[in-house]
Amino acid sequence: MLHELSWKVGGQQGEGIDSTGKTFSTSLNRMGYYIYSYRHFSSRIKGGHTNDNVRVTTSPKAASADYLDILVAFDQETIDLNGMELRDGGVVIADAKFNPKLSDKITANVKLVVMPFTKIAEEHGAVIMKNMVALGATARLVGLDVNFCTPVLQSRFGRKSQKIVDQNLEAIQAGFDAMDGEAIDFAAFKLVPPIPDKHLFMIGNDAIAFGALAAGARIMPAYPITPASDVMEYLIKKLPKVGGVVVQTEDEIAALNMTIGAAYAGARTLTATSGPGLSLMMEALGLAGMTETPVVIIDTQRGGPSTGLPTKHEQSDMYAVLFGNHGEIGKIVLTPSSAEECFYASVDAFNYAEKYQCPVILMTDLALSLASQSVAPFDYDKVTIDRGLLATQEQLDQVPAGQMFKRYERTEDGISPRVFPGQLGGIHHVTGVEHSEIGRPDEGPNNHVLMMNKRLNKFDGIELPNSVSYTGDKNPDVLLIGVGSSIGPIDEAVDRLRNQGIKVGHAQVKVLSPFPLKTMTSYVNSAKQTIVIESNGTGQLFHLMQFFGLNHPEMKSYLKYDGTPFLAKEIEAHVKGSMIAWQR
Amino acid sequence: MATVKEFRNSVRPNWCPGCGDFAVQAAMQRALGNLDLEPQNVAIISGIGCSGRISGYLNAYGFHGVHGRSLPVAQGVKLANHDLTVLAAGGDGDGFGIGLGHFMHAARRNMDITYIVMDNSIYGLTKGQHSPTSAFGFKAKTTPAGNIENAISPLQIALAAGISFLAQGFSHDVNQLTQIIQAGIEHRGFSLINVFSPCVTYNKVNTYEWYKEHVVNLEQFPDYDPTNRNMAMLKVAETDGLCTGLIYKDTVKKPLDALIEGYKEMPIVHQDIHIDRDFFEKTMEEFN
Repeated sequence: MLHELSWKVGGQQGEGIDSTGKTFSTSLNRMGYYIYSYRHFSSRIKGGHTNDNVRVTTSPKAASADYLDILVAFDQETIDLNGMELRDGGVVIADAKFNPKLSDKITANVKLVVMPFTKIAEEHGAVIMKNMVALGATARLVGLDVNFCTPVLQSRFGRKSQKIVDQNLEAIQAGFDAMDGEAIDFAAFKLVPPIPDKHLFMIGNDAIAFGALAAGARIMPAYPITPASDVMEYLIKKLPKVGGVVVQTEDEIAALNMTIGAAYAGARTLTATSGPGLSLMMEALGLAGMTETPVVIIDTQRGGPSTGLPTKHEQSDMYAVLFGNHGEIGKIVLTPSSAEECFYASVDAFNYAEKYQCPVILMTDLALSLASQSVAPFDYDKVTIDRGLLATQEQLDQVPAGQMFKRYERTEDGISPRVFPGQLGGIHHVTGVEHSEIGRPDEGPNNHVLMMNKRLNKFDGIELPNSVSYTGDKNPDVLLIGVGSSIGPIDEAVDRLRNQGIKVGHAQVKVLSPFPLKTMTSYVNSAKQTIVIESNGTGQLFHLMQFFGLNHPEMKSYLKYDGTPFLAKEIEAHVKGSMIAWQR
Repeated sequence: MATVKEFRNSVRPNWCPGCGDFAVQAAMQRALGNLDLEPQNVAIISGIGCSGRISGYLNAYGFHGVHGRSLPVAQGVKLANHDLTVLAAGGDGDGFGIGLGHFMHAARRNMDITYIVMDNSIYGLTKGQHSPTSAFGFKAKTTPAGNIENAISPLQIALAAGISFLAQGFSHDVNQLTQIIQAGIEHRGFSLINVFSPCVTYNKVNTYEWYKEHVVNLEQFPDYDPTNRNMAMLKVAETDGLCTGLIYKDTVKKPLDALIEGYKEMPIVHQDIHIDRDFFEKTMEEFN
């Protein structure tokens, strides 16, 4: 019996591939299995190959498997492009309609099951239900009950029409029965029963959006861009229920400036974007820093430069996020690595923004933003709201008549009390020009130095909580360092390497700014060799670590930038190879 | 009772003597005072340039942002707190050059904001380059042989974008300017008050004298109906965009906040942002 299954469905975009994968993964998640589901899609609406890879496990995993057990194919392209991922004993279940053949590139011992998906679906009412036939066949193969996805179909279509639900169920049954006659070792594919446990199932973007809602964000101006749009699409459904609002702006420049306006006026406000949109926001990012306005920006990284790879994975915005704006501002950059962390990081982002009165950028990557994963239910009690330093009416009453409130008062820790327009006694000026304590333009050299220090010193020597997570051996031979969604494949590689007797540690960076230099230095110094693993072409994290003062003679870079996330086996092989090279 | 005086502060504008912007500042102060608004309930959001400094020259909450972006900031302020009277202000380069896109979208979005543009057809603070409203043939530092581009018509653009309130003033006539700013603030929706505000240092063509000769006050047409969009379009074309007074006012269109689903009477900034456990659990339940 299998503790883990890797299943993929593929076909043309617009054929319902995504909904097939979603029905399968959501149903198994409800049963108590852990799911990690990653969707491959291209930048077009219809047509073009798409696939959905669902990994089913009995303990949490944060990455796709690096092999396939079952490939469900609605066209030959799916077999040609994905067949080589099948491992020995794997099965391709393909629609008879296109006369499927195993491709030459498949070296593993793989069985092809040809099944008349389309024909069976037609017999039960509609071609579109060929997906359900395929799900029925899958259920039979892996020993699931034929009704495994009934609750999900019921909640998806039940309200619309019971007839649709029934038709789908019949199609599933037909697929289930058709598979029954195949000469396959069904026992080899049987999944162990799940331990019934409640998991949520969501993409990182959903977790961020829900976190923002829980943190009290009520305004979101944003411009749609892949892979960030889901954040606004979720909040546009939810914010009206709590008196909030989403505005789809004319561009990203407007989005961040509007965010600044709303935050200045006292609302918790966010915007979300990806690389090209982030570039447009740089001017406003500087304004937020200069005016000490607490804004939250979500940057979901995708392939660059320029419009690059809009639907592919990459981690190449780190330099832009840290150094993209002109001049020098203090900012906080959070880099969660799982959907669960996205939720809590989103809450933290609003608290940090208001505590430090600075822009906070919550950075994810495409795999983290869009992969669906099982998540432990969120803890309501862990959601706290800290609005930071606000001037009391008592303090405002003490502002002498005819004088302005010192919004930018130079305090020891650089944080001055805020007021919102509308408050009596709080009138002051805000400007992107260097300014005095009351916000008047003041370009004097002395004032500029003092104000620069006020803004920058807020972060002096600060390490935010949980800036780095560490797993694996203490004092390892090899320390692996990653950021974002790579936590899953790195962790799995670490497990495998440790099982082979190699001492390996894994530090995942969760905060890029203020950079956790002390913690990272101690980890790096504790290891003989360090490999920084990241999805870009220049080693941004690697160089940032050096930039922030972290250096080690045996620190190397391992990069991947083909648009796909790392696989555990790639990391495993690289570490072994590098150890051999290092020992020489 | 708030008065004009309460909207004055002690800051001396860094404008040249004779600059048209002084009249705009005075008209704004008068309009706000006449409307009996409290300074702390007024937010003036401005862009960059000589005119952009105006947010600091009135006693009210002021935000001086970046070039061309006053309208997005102003809309953010209004979204967060619609109890505030939100004014946006800037120049023709700021509003019709770099900020033209934001202007058209703000006009069609129709949030309740009054946008005052000080139009002098020149870039003053960068010392005399031509602007989007500089006429064809206009000579400036960047058009030594005369402007070979056509000027844009802010009024026609505003009408095309579906603006719900449009007026134009002239710095020489502070009384009319005060009236139209006041009417713009009272209008529930987006309003543009375009003001001919001469630059006495760099624009030697569009001077006070030149405007006095060319502007056409709409008050001299008793039959002019500012609620008639077609008439407004025609009058703007006929006067080559040089008409002053109330040009157009939509009496039907609702402001954006009246159309936002779930938007509460209490401004967002005053609402409790904590969500209750029950709502939290139910929302979480949807991820299953």
